[in-house]
Amino acid sequence: MNLQAEIPLHYMIVLSTLLFFIGLVGVLIRRNLITMLMGIELMLNAVNINFVAFNHYLYPHRLEGHFFALIVMAIAAAEAAIAIALIINIYRKFSTVNVDDVDELKY
Amino acid sequence: MDYSYTLLILLLPLLGFALLGLFHDRLKPMMSGTLGTLNLVVITLLSYYTAFLYFSQGSGESGYTAVKAFNVLWLSFSESLQIHLGILLDPLSVMMLVVITTVSLMVHIYSLGYMKGEKGFQRYYAFLSLFTFSMLGLVVATNIFQMYIFWELVGASSYLLIGFYYERPSAVAASKKAFIVTRFADLGFLLGILLLSFYTNTFDFTTLTSVDGVAISTPPTALFLGMSVTTWAMLLIFMGGAGKSAMFPLHIWLPDAMEGPTPVSALIHAATMVVAGVYLVARLFPVYVLSSPDSLEVIAYVGSFTSLFAAIIACTQLDIKRVLAFSTLSQIGYMMVALGVSGYGGEEGLGYMAALFHLFTHAFFKALLFLGAGSVIHAVHSNLMTDMGGLRKYMPITHITFLIACLTIAGIPPLSGFFSKDEILVAAFEHNKIIFAVQWMVAGITAFYMFRLYFNIFWNRTPVFHHTPHESPTFMTVPLILLAIASVLAGFVPFHDLVTSDGKAFHTVFHWMIAIPSVLIALVGIGIATWFYKKQNSIPDQVVQGAKRIYDIVFHKFYIDEIYLFITHKVIFNFISQPVAWFDRHIVDGTMNLIGDTTVYGSNLIKKMQSGQIQWYIWFFTSGVLLLAFLLLYLN
Repeated sequence: MNLQAEIPLHYMIVLSTLLFFIGLVGVLIRRNLITMLMGIELMLNAVNINFVAFNHYLYPHRLEGHFFALIVMAIAAAEAAIAIALIINIYRKFSTVNVDDVDELKY
Repeated sequence: MDYSYTLLILLLPLLGFALLGLFHDRLKPMMSGTLGTLNLVVITLLSYYTAFLYFSQGSGESGYTAVKAFNVLWLSFSESLQIHLGILLDPLSVMMLVVITTVSLMVHIYSLGYMKGEKGFQRYYAFLSLFTFSMLGLVVATNIFQMYIFWELVGASSYLLIGFYYERPSAVAASKKAFIVTRFADLGFLLGILLLSFYTNTFDFTTLTSVDGVAISTPPTALFLGMSVTTWAMLLIFMGGAGKSAMFPLHIWLPDAMEGPTPVSALIHAATMVVAGVYLVARLFPVYVLSSPDSLEVIAYVGSFTSLFAAIIACTQLDIKRVLAFSTLSQIGYMMVALGVSGYGGEEGLGYMAALFHLFTHAFFKALLFLGAGSVIHAVHSNLMTDMGGLRKYMPITHITFLIACLTIAGIPPLSGFFSKDEILVAAFEHNKIIFAVQWMVAGITAFYMFRLYFNIFWNRTPVFHHTPHESPTFMTVPLILLAIASVLAGFVPFHDLVTSDGKAFHTVFHWMIAIPSVLIALVGIGIATWFYKKQNSIPDQVVQGAKRIYDIVFHKFYIDEIYLFITHKVIFNFISQPVAWFDRHIVDGTMNLIGDTTVYGSNLIKKMQSGQIQWYIWFFTSGVLLLAFLLLYLN
């Protein structure tokens, strides 16, 4: 069966846009640092969908988009490790992971 | 002939200053005094050697030629604006080298005795070295800009020396006055230099004063307020010279400068600094006489007026150093007159030669007078002639040398003052009869006030001394004797063969018609002084009572100081300085404060945005990105 005939490109873009904004809203309104981290991961994955989709639909004979998606995943993994290490340190210092209470760096 | 060693004449005093100044506390007072004096002995010998070499090479057909012993490019701004530093040797500067080093050496030796035990003895010698350095640099300058640099150095070092007793408020005030007045005059000098060099494209003296140079052959003809630019430039330059040489109306600093130690007065106010103005005019003399005779006329009248004015004031002063200060003003007036009435070349240049001749002889006898006065002050611990009298019994050497100096300045033949003053009178007679008459009268007044001084110190009544006066130590009497010998013999130097306006020797004729009246009026002056002051009597008091009003005006120096105070304090302070200060405080500072305050206020308003709330930051960032994206989409 022909995937391109069944599912057009703009479906993919709508999906990734939705995913991106869900992630963004998560980062903006959730107070829990770990949930904010999850929002960031969602945004990264929305980008990944774009990469793969454009590569597949527009340049089927090339592989750069796929590789980029892989690199983003690797970076995301590293970033998650660092972020969680930071969050653990914040928790040790402030005894909370609520982002509103972590506001020492200000005027 | 290789003169490159003359660099040492400049470097040694500078070295002396650095050494004595840097190590002043580590050196014992006598040690630093001896070092400074020995240093100056070397410099003096070098100067004599230079003079011997220079004058013994002979003048030749075209006269003595100027030699640049040393010249380096110091600042090179552009093709036409280049400033050199160097050493120029010509009859004028070589003669000045001899005068300055001789008098400075005498003062150095004399100070070993006079300043003994003073606080800051080492500092004193360091300053003397600095002053000698700046003065020597001034006279050997190859260009007018270098001269200006050393000119200012002379001003600064004289400030230091006049204010040597800085714990005394009057000395501080005097040093400030001297500095400010001469600095004000130097403003004119600087403007003159800029004007002259702008039109002639050169600073160099040799180029400026050469007869076929731009300044003389094709002087700029641009007019400003009805006078040519050259005349303006030369008058402004003369303003600088008038400030240093204390010509009326910039003379007010010189009498006050007597607050400095007496040997300093001898050095600065007799032989060196105050003749810098004469030297300046003489240095640029060809420009003055050939392209701007009008300004030379002004110089003649200013000099003549100053010499009369100062001589009259000198008759009434009681402080012996002030009498000598006004006498210096008067004698420098003579020199200016001589320059002012002179022509160029050959016998026409008699005035030029006479001015420098008088500078030469005056340096010796005036230094002698000041040092003699210092010796007297040293003995009686007072400057006032009312505290003196009858000192001839106690101080024979000072008495004899002082008498010789008084006879010299009065112009009694065959002492040196007679010859130089006579040449000036001849030059004035040939040029301008009015000026001649004034100078002839001044010669009589000079004789009168000098002998008034002499009799009041050494004859007249003997006051009650706190302790018996005694002759000064050897360090002080030796320079007196040497200078007395110089004062007697200096008149026999054949100046018309050595220092002339165009470098060529000429013959002078002795004019009995001038010499006899000038000696006569000097004798009359001496006679009146003898009648008035030799024995204590009431004649001077009667004369003073008879012309009380005039006497008061003259005694207060024609109230010139008061006029200056009125102008500066009442007029300038109230109508210029205070509005300017108000403007500065309120408008200039106000603008700056407004900018500062607005910034602080604005930042207080928006600083809350940096809240530490990360989600707000993300929100601003995201909205910004989205806004930009929309803008790009819709504006394209």
